[in-house]
Amino acid sequence: MNELHLATRQKEPEPIRRGFGMGLLEAGKANENVVGICADLTESTNMHFFAEAFPDRFIEAGVAEQNLVTVGSGLAAVGKIPFVSSYAAFNPGRNWEQIRTTIALNDQPVKIVGSHAGLYTGADGATHQMLEDLSIMRAMPNMVVLAPCDSVEALKATMAMAADKRPNYLRVTREATPVITTDHTPFQIGRAYIFRDGRDVSLVATGTMTAKAMEAAKMLAKDGLQAEVVHVPTIKPIDYATILKSAEKTRHVATIEEGQINGGLGGAVAELLGENLPTPLLRVGMNDHFGESGKPDELLKHFGLDENHIAMAAHRLLMDHSNHKH
Amino acid sequence: MAKAKNYTIADLEKRANQIRMDIIKMLEHAGSGHSAGPLGLADIFTALYFKVLKHDPDNPDWEERDILVLSNGHCVPVRYATMANAGYFSKKELMTLRQMGSRLQGHPERLRLPGLETTSGPLGSGLSQAAGMALGLRMDKQQHRWVYVVMSDGEQDEGNIWEAAMLAAKYKLNNIIAITDRNNIQIDGPTESVMPLENLRDKWEAFGWHVLEIDGNDIEAVIDACQMAKAIVEKPVMIIAHTVPGKGVDFMEYDFHWHGSPPNHEQAIKALKELRTLGGKIRSEHE
Repeated sequence: MNELHLATRQKEPEPIRRGFGMGLLEAGKANENVVGICADLTESTNMHFFAEAFPDRFIEAGVAEQNLVTVGSGLAAVGKIPFVSSYAAFNPGRNWEQIRTTIALNDQPVKIVGSHAGLYTGADGATHQMLEDLSIMRAMPNMVVLAPCDSVEALKATMAMAADKRPNYLRVTREATPVITTDHTPFQIGRAYIFRDGRDVSLVATGTMTAKAMEAAKMLAKDGLQAEVVHVPTIKPIDYATILKSAEKTRHVATIEEGQINGGLGGAVAELLGENLPTPLLRVGMNDHFGESGKPDELLKHFGLDENHIAMAAHRLLMDHSNHKH
Repeated sequence: MAKAKNYTIADLEKRANQIRMDIIKMLEHAGSGHSAGPLGLADIFTALYFKVLKHDPDNPDWEERDILVLSNGHCVPVRYATMANAGYFSKKELMTLRQMGSRLQGHPERLRLPGLETTSGPLGSGLSQAAGMALGLRMDKQQHRWVYVVMSDGEQDEGNIWEAAMLAAKYKLNNIIAITDRNNIQIDGPTESVMPLENLRDKWEAFGWHVLEIDGNDIEAVIDACQMAKAIVEKPVMIIAHTVPGKGVDFMEYDFHWHGSPPNHEQAIKALKELRTLGGKIRSEHE
């Protein structure tokens, strides 16, 4: 079952932000209108690859995230394709209104990149572990919201953003995480992908949690349960058809995300199932609380986002809705 | 193409007065909107659209045009009225201001009306957008196109303005000409009691800008300052334009209560009469 050309052999883990950095470099080579702006986190957001290759197309805005995105809006207004990067806690955390007015409503195709999202940010603690970005960006009209699962997909997402005419938000993370896709795995904005076929329960995951869902599916298989893993790299516009088709097949859906379930992927899937195909649903993620300092693995375990917890959640979902035959 | 007509200053003053009358009529008809700022800005907008800007009302997207960013979007009635006077659209459309389906939204939306360069209203973001445009034009070696930005004094309470000020100075964006409408009022009262801005000139100079200070209700001074600004190559230029809020309408002048209110019918009649006679300077109302 590898029509998707997923990685068959264990590869070295790599930070998702690196995929963005390499993708921006490629996009910059392909199109001279691509420009980069950063708010004093150039290396940290991996924009330095681009900045070093194209110093004339790189702008250092200093620690000023409101300016970051509004300068981006102005660059887009004169035909540039601006990528604006900082940490997700500030971009879009701090500058959401500027994005709303000068980018989304004003329809300027600015490419907003929020790094260090989620619990994988680790030791920096709750202030820097952005968990609300998917929720707040998903609420914004005219905004495309992307959360790739690994560095390889992040590269493709970055290239796709450069070619897309709409405003986009890309969520990337700090820590090295498993690489589960390959250069040949398909990626298109707006598409969800079945990374593993199953019939008993759908694990609908995004970002770093897709790799965890794949691990959980392996554990569930040992327990005799066939979990289908639906990878959703585009939170908005969400791929209704793929998610509904999986839900129709398995009749049990768990969403998994490294962020707030209120309004995030969990919110999006609850909305679409509630309106189209009421289905037993369990949302795994941050349930209305903040993170804290710690090692990423400790934090994921503590907040119920490791593969064990995800597998247990699937069991719970199936037990609570006992019409399932197993 | 730019239509360079040789208007005299007297022609332009007459035009500014016409624009003020249009503003009063629009606001009265709309029943909401801001009066003081747009009236105070009428001379600056007349100077820009009828003398300073390279633009073409028949081709708003003309690739060689200068760009005018309106940062204080609530003052957009003056832009709409000036655009109609310049021939972008019919004056009849001015009466649709703030109505359902109108291209003339309460705060300007770029996508709705050709000739608007940005969507604005939430304060403090126009200068940064102008900076982005200026950077982009420089990258494309298009520095013969100027980026003008009109901003209010009250909006300089916003931190975003000063972030933009630093960036424009750092990158020596000499293709930006900023104009501050220094009318000393904002919604809650005089700027100096709401949040003191003075010494405003020193602030901009300290941030690395070249500052010109003018009477913003003197059309000739506005034109001269914009010319002068183009000669400054080392720094971006801030023109602090001292204006009278509510200019031309005696009972509105200097009164911050008119920041966010429109005239009612009686007030509009009174205002129009005063504007038609230029405050009694013209005897015949048919002049």
